[in-house]
Amino acid sequence: MQFGFSEEQAQFRDVVQRFVQDKSPITSVRELMATELGYDPAVWTQLSQALGLSGLTLPEEYGGGGFGAIELGIVMEEFGRGLMCAPYFASSVMAAHAILLTASEPQKQALLPSLASGESIATLAVAEATGSWLEADVAVQAQHTQAGFTLQGKKHFVLDAHVANHLIVAAKSAGGVSLFCVDPASDAVDVKLVDSMDPTRKIAMVDLNDAPGQLLGREGENHLVQILENACVALANEMIGGAQQLLASAVQYTKLRVQFGRTIGSFQAIKHRLADLLLDVELAKSAAYYAAQCLADEDVAADAKAEVAHLAKAQASEVYLAAAVQAIQLHGGIGFTWENDTHLWFKRAKSSEVFLGSPQRHREQMLQAQGY
Amino acid sequence: MDANAIEQEVSTWLSAHWDPNLALTAWRTKLLESGWGAPAWPTEFYGRALPQSLVSVVDDAFADVGAIGAAHSGVRMLAAATLLEHANDEQKQRYLKGIITGEDAWCQLFSEPGSGSDLAGATTRADRQGDEWVINGQKVWTTSAHHADFGLLLARTDWDQPKHLGLTFFILDMRQPGVEVRQLRQMNGHASFNEVFFTDARLPHENLVGRLGNGWPVAVTTLAHERRSFDRNRGGSDLLTRSGSIYDEYRDEIAIANEPYTWYPQRAGRVDLIVDRAVETGAIEDPVIRQEIAKLLTMQRSAQWTAARARAAQQAGRPPGPEGSLGKLAASNIARLASKVHTMITGTDAMLTGTHSPHEGIIAEILVSVPAVSIAGGTDEIQKNIIAERVLELPKETRYDKGPFKEVPRNPDSVVT
Repeated sequence: MQFGFSEEQAQFRDVVQRFVQDKSPITSVRELMATELGYDPAVWTQLSQALGLSGLTLPEEYGGGGFGAIELGIVMEEFGRGLMCAPYFASSVMAAHAILLTASEPQKQALLPSLASGESIATLAVAEATGSWLEADVAVQAQHTQAGFTLQGKKHFVLDAHVANHLIVAAKSAGGVSLFCVDPASDAVDVKLVDSMDPTRKIAMVDLNDAPGQLLGREGENHLVQILENACVALANEMIGGAQQLLASAVQYTKLRVQFGRTIGSFQAIKHRLADLLLDVELAKSAAYYAAQCLADEDVAADAKAEVAHLAKAQASEVYLAAAVQAIQLHGGIGFTWENDTHLWFKRAKSSEVFLGSPQRHREQMLQAQGY
Repeated sequence: MDANAIEQEVSTWLSAHWDPNLALTAWRTKLLESGWGAPAWPTEFYGRALPQSLVSVVDDAFADVGAIGAAHSGVRMLAAATLLEHANDEQKQRYLKGIITGEDAWCQLFSEPGSGSDLAGATTRADRQGDEWVINGQKVWTTSAHHADFGLLLARTDWDQPKHLGLTFFILDMRQPGVEVRQLRQMNGHASFNEVFFTDARLPHENLVGRLGNGWPVAVTTLAHERRSFDRNRGGSDLLTRSGSIYDEYRDEIAIANEPYTWYPQRAGRVDLIVDRAVETGAIEDPVIRQEIAKLLTMQRSAQWTAARARAAQQAGRPPGPEGSLGKLAASNIARLASKVHTMITGTDAMLTGTHSPHEGIIAEILVSVPAVSIAGGTDEIQKNIIAERVLELPKETRYDKGPFKEVPRNPDSVVT
């Protein structure tokens, strides 16, 4: 098991970090979050084509980079640090991975190259009103007709569906829960943006009214468990990026802010709180890195991968939120204003805390993966 | 010097000299004469001046034939490291010998009732009388003082200097009328430490280590080595299972040295017992307890991965990141949470102790030992100051102890000047 990053990985991080700093300063984040589109297509094209990030983990035969979970973790961490506004998690992580695991070879050849190049965008629609990502909670129906399948029902909490060219939808047919590729341009599909607390990550509700859906792979083979684990690890790495940014901004602010004739960072009450936060952030970081390393390692058993994926998601989401709460507190009154940037990370932390399942649920799944 | 040549040399020497029928001291006297007992030490002081990187070659050769090495338990190796760095040649000649053979045991006379975290605030005094120093005051938390022949003593010799500059480091003969050692009973019932009282104890001027008023840097050397050995493996070598009189002697030595530490695993919270306990009590079915178990395992495992990250960075020659300084604080959090989860699992049985409590008292011992872990070896509060100031580079505390030590506010009950 690798506990450090290789020289190449460190250089890759530098490249991604510089890209985020150049293309996604907080002023741009604020502009984009106020638009309905929510991202900058020019930056998306650069990210996809100049840096090859949208196809990072796809095999080379589909135009991807052939990299693994560790490199993806690096991208997610840096995107999380800078609150990069892009449909990256929805399309390049969740939908791409879902297609890769479930689709037939011709389907992969049809769908993946344009995702890898960034020319098309996909998203994954699994959760419904309860937000659950469990197979058993999928209620959208897939009806087998002569022309293929038609889907009926509502999907909730679908990231970036408003800009997607393909919806990858989990639905239930007589043969079990499967994934279907749905064209959002169809008249039978209604994609509505909902008001999301985190304005930097757009959420839609998708209404399917006998919408035509192309079955990916074989009926009943949905791989939702691995898709969820992969998404959890990617999101955990994104969250620790954001948590580090919050900690850094709190530290920086307490070194500058003067009250009672001294910088507030010289008060022990504040130093100790920041030391505690550093510990929490570093522990969550180690877990997120370790979970990515496990996913990338063929020798790690499926149960062990599942266990650390759930562990990393639960821990990162609590630490991220704690970092956001502390950062606001340490900024004092200014931290509660719209003008101060801290709330942007707070909102990402809050929505990431519950997306893909609460920390409580992930802890439960972690124990179950261990056989308890 | 290459590893093969060293291995050859030490193996040849061992096959000529290692004899399990010797008395332990007689065998170690041979180590002393040959330099193989402390291969990294200088040749003029019982060593062979080998680089530290080759010491493991020697250790392996000893292990291969089951040969016992130099005495290493207790405080004696901290004493040796300190003396090697700061003592004069006569002192090294005189004291290092008994450390290698194990004939002399040592203790560390640093902490006082009035100065724990603030070690440099020591008020035990040393006053010069002719060629002697006269010692008065009290030390505490002294491991193995009741077995010790010599003590590493930090005492105040100048009250007009700022506190760090008024301290001097001495070697004190513990076997004298002015030194009284009392065992200190802890809240968990064990007595692993001592209080040491000095009433006109005496030491010759030649026992002053380093320079007058320069005791603090010497003590810092001892502490640095102590920190490095904090997590060392306490015993457990296969020498302990061999039969023969020399091994019996060795086992006795290790048993005495380890006796104060039997409760240390409990102090760390015994996370290893948690899941089995939850299964055997049925608590594993309780969704509330399951959450706490998962939190504990998460904390423990991510602390292990953090330590692994720190080691990987070190091996790759990268500067230590924040992950390196967090282990002690993480260990406190883990132990506290483990104690809480053990209580949840144990339920009302947590009211019991000794043989009436589960696992022959181990569970009760966890509950009453965990409070020590966040105090011993640097309190959580001191750790957080260090992390905040050195890692996060936040401003240092305002200090009120910069002037002459006699004017620095002190505890009302500490020894008066």
